[in-house]
Amino acid sequence: MAKRVLVIEDEPNIIEAISFILSRDGWTVHTHSDGETANMRIKATPPDVIILDVMLPGKSGYDILRDLRADQDVSGIPVLMLTARGQTRDRELAEELGATKFMSKPFSNAEVLENVRGLAG
Amino acid sequence: MSFNLLIFVALLYAALLFVVAFIADQRAKLGRARWLGSPAIYTLSLSIYCTAWTFYGAVGNAARNGLEFVTIYLGPTLVMVGWWWFLRKLVWVGRAQRVTSIADLISSRFGKSTPLGVLVTVIAIIAATPYIALQLQSVVQSLAVFADSSGEAWGNSDLNRAALWVSIGLALFTILFGTRNLDANEKHHGIVTAIALEAIVKLCALVAVGVFVVWGMTGGVRDTLALIDASPISEWEQSGGRWAGLIFVSAAAFVCLPRMFQVMVVENEQESHLATASWAFPLYLLAMSLFVLPIAVVGLEVMPEGSNPDLFVLTLPLSASQEGLAVFSFLGGFSSATSMVIVATIALATMVSNHIVVPIWLSSQREGALMSGDVRSVVIGARRFSIVAVLVLGYLYFRTSGGGSALAAIGLVSFTGAIQVLPAIIGALFWRGATRVGASAGLTVGLAIWAWTLFLPSFGPNAIITESVMASGPFGIEWLRPQALFGIGGQDPLLHAVFWSMSLNALIFVIGSVFSFPTPLERLQGAQFVNVFENTGGARNWTPSAAASEDLLIMSQRLLGATEAQKVFQQAAEKQGKTGYLPDVTPEFIQQLERELAGSVGAATAHAMIGQLLPGASISVEDLMAVADEAAQIMEYSSRLEAKSREQERTARQLRQANEKLTALSVQKDAFLSQISHELRTPMTSIRAFSEILQDENADDAQRIRYAGIIHNETMRLTRLLDDLLDLSFLENGQVVLNKRRISLRKLLNQAISSAGINADGAGLKINRTPQDEDVSLTTDPDRLSQVFINLISNAAKYCGADAPELSSIVRNLGADLQIDFVDNGEGISVENQTMIFEKFSRLTDHRKAGGAGLGLAICREIMQRLDGSVSYLPGQGGAAFRVTVPLSDPE
Repeated sequence: MAKRVLVIEDEPNIIEAISFILSRDGWTVHTHSDGETANMRIKATPPDVIILDVMLPGKSGYDILRDLRADQDVSGIPVLMLTARGQTRDRELAEELGATKFMSKPFSNAEVLENVRGLAG
Repeated sequence: MSFNLLIFVALLYAALLFVVAFIADQRAKLGRARWLGSPAIYTLSLSIYCTAWTFYGAVGNAARNGLEFVTIYLGPTLVMVGWWWFLRKLVWVGRAQRVTSIADLISSRFGKSTPLGVLVTVIAIIAATPYIALQLQSVVQSLAVFADSSGEAWGNSDLNRAALWVSIGLALFTILFGTRNLDANEKHHGIVTAIALEAIVKLCALVAVGVFVVWGMTGGVRDTLALIDASPISEWEQSGGRWAGLIFVSAAAFVCLPRMFQVMVVENEQESHLATASWAFPLYLLAMSLFVLPIAVVGLEVMPEGSNPDLFVLTLPLSASQEGLAVFSFLGGFSSATSMVIVATIALATMVSNHIVVPIWLSSQREGALMSGDVRSVVIGARRFSIVAVLVLGYLYFRTSGGGSALAAIGLVSFTGAIQVLPAIIGALFWRGATRVGASAGLTVGLAIWAWTLFLPSFGPNAIITESVMASGPFGIEWLRPQALFGIGGQDPLLHAVFWSMSLNALIFVIGSVFSFPTPLERLQGAQFVNVFENTGGARNWTPSAAASEDLLIMSQRLLGATEAQKVFQQAAEKQGKTGYLPDVTPEFIQQLERELAGSVGAATAHAMIGQLLPGASISVEDLMAVADEAAQIMEYSSRLEAKSREQERTARQLRQANEKLTALSVQKDAFLSQISHELRTPMTSIRAFSEILQDENADDAQRIRYAGIIHNETMRLTRLLDDLLDLSFLENGQVVLNKRRISLRKLLNQAISSAGINADGAGLKINRTPQDEDVSLTTDPDRLSQVFINLISNAAKYCGADAPELSSIVRNLGADLQIDFVDNGEGISVENQTMIFEKFSRLTDHRKAGGAGLGLAICREIMQRLDGSVSYLPGQGGAAFRVTVPLSDPE
């Protein structure tokens, strides 16, 4: 059975790019572009891996991550954090909140693929 | 008559004076001498104005210069009658301020200035020394006349020896009665009484000689008048200028001479005595002058050619073998001379000791000298020393001058020197603006001119000033010739000196006062002097009263602090032999307390504060003024402090604000950079991702085309973003060049609508315009304003959200400004977001709809600011509404 990845991102072009890369690798790709409802979506259909953007409308990626880690049902899902503000502070904050992996935009497709594969174990 | 008998009579007379002075002193001490303080004694004591110069010299003067001698009597008479109010003020001030001498008066008025006191003292000594010498000379000359008549012609050494003995005798008398005790009021009852007796003696002697001359020698009034008519004296030879000048000099001298000040002001018992003296003293002078002319005329007639007219008063009786009358006349002259010397010496000694000796002694002592009890003995010692010094100076002047000059000439030189203090005195009493600087400068200039033009030349040709200097000035400077200053020569030397010294003295005094600033003490003293009649109480003097000691303690604790105040009170109580903290309220204690308090609040305030607690002690206007003066200084100081602290506060606030602003800016900058980073990285992410996909061969053609399109769009987005950022940066930094020109609003809107990509047919966004209002021209930068319109129109197209989106433009001409509202029919913007939308990178909806980076409205706001207009969100219009306001014409 194909592994499921949830991409939480609001930039349509980036969603399309990530979907293309991961689909071709055999992943089932789900996308979600609204921050506010992201946690509900995760809880409803928990994916194997989450790719999470920071700047989202409604609720920031950090807040989503915090809530995710606090929810026992879904707290074990590995999260790949993506941020367009590639500052050290952002990376530290992400790791502190429990991001499994951190990548700053722009990223290389191979790297994304490698990281997602690694997270799925 | 033997010469020895004369000496015996003279000594007897001197002894009588001693006894009278002694008794008067004793009675005054016992307080049983009401007659001592009578107006008669006061008037008679003023007669020391009539010295040997008047007694002998007036006759000599009349014999030489005719009626000119009258001026010496007219001056004081005019002052007494016409300037009575001036003398009254002088006396009032002298009493209120407890003035001890003329130097004290001037020094006290001009801020208690020690240098000024010294200057006046020096002037007084220089001016008085020749005069004292003159008195010595007249006494020894009169003695010589008797020696001559008894067959022993006196040589110079005899004259000098006699002068020395007279000086010693006078010094002894003055020391005995002038410095018996140290009276704060400087009153000398013994001496004043002795002088009053002498005044009677000299008047009687002169009248007796006159009566003898008129009735005994001439044969009655008619014969005498005939004789006067026949004599050359009666021919009027006076120049009006010299006449007026002499009256002025003698009038001024009557006020300014140290000895006159001593009897008139210092020794004055009651102001009312002055009223009596104002008519009685002129009568005395009239009596003294009555027989001058007859004696002179008869002397010229009877006495052999070449005899000294200055001694006619003596030689006429002697020539008629009236030895008794001659002796009486001698005693009259003796009285005139000694009374003048005694009083002048006291006055000068007071000045010398108070203004020179004691200050020097004090400054040579270490701290604590005032605490020891020997100040009194030091001051009395200084007085005695000064008396001897003044007489030694007089004696030395007598020795060096050789007794050659005519008496009257020396007298006028002296007078002219003494009256240099007149401008300072008048200024002191009547002009609050007079200052120490002005007084010092005026006095110095007056003294210098007097010395150069009159005093130094008076020693005779080649004595001090050489004849060549007299003729052509020092170093050949003609306009400095002593008797022709500024090249104006040919005048009477005396008038010349009086004119220049007094006018320049007064002028410099006035100029110096106007251009200098008085110290607070000067202002205070000036007010107390000039307004002396408003000052009711005697200054700074409490009468003992039953003020509660406790009240004083409470007040003192407030001012000094509890410990210090209690210490002061306890010590004072202990000194009075009491235990505890409450001493009796004695004047001594009050004075001590006042001094203690003055140390912390200033003398005037201390005085006024104690005055509040002492029943019966009223606070005078001057006290309040003094307090106000101190308070003004303190207020000035504290307001300066306040201003300073306000300034510091302001600076601190500015610093704090600047710091907050910097912090905020720093935060903003971080946020901005972070935002830019985000905005740049987002399209770059897409570009990178899709270009990597395109490099991969797995994508089909349709995908390749689509992804290439995305890359293109994202590239355009990046370009737009960079354009916007640069635009904003230029706008914010003021590097924008505006190209203003005249354009119609309709044309502008047409351009903007088409640039915003709105179809004219209304598909997508329908635009409702009001063409009739758009028919208006404005001067502005069309491209920039158009950019704003485009932004607002395309925002409406993007975010309106209505099913049939519509945008209405409403134009209003406000006269100076044009107002254009853009209102769409969407949901509008929520209140909390209305303030946010003009900030950079603020996008309210998701990115898909927004073509830009969220800089559009921020740019619009900057543009409108540059165009001197504004753009704002207009709430309450249904949909989103923006109002653009722009000036119709270029404000520049």
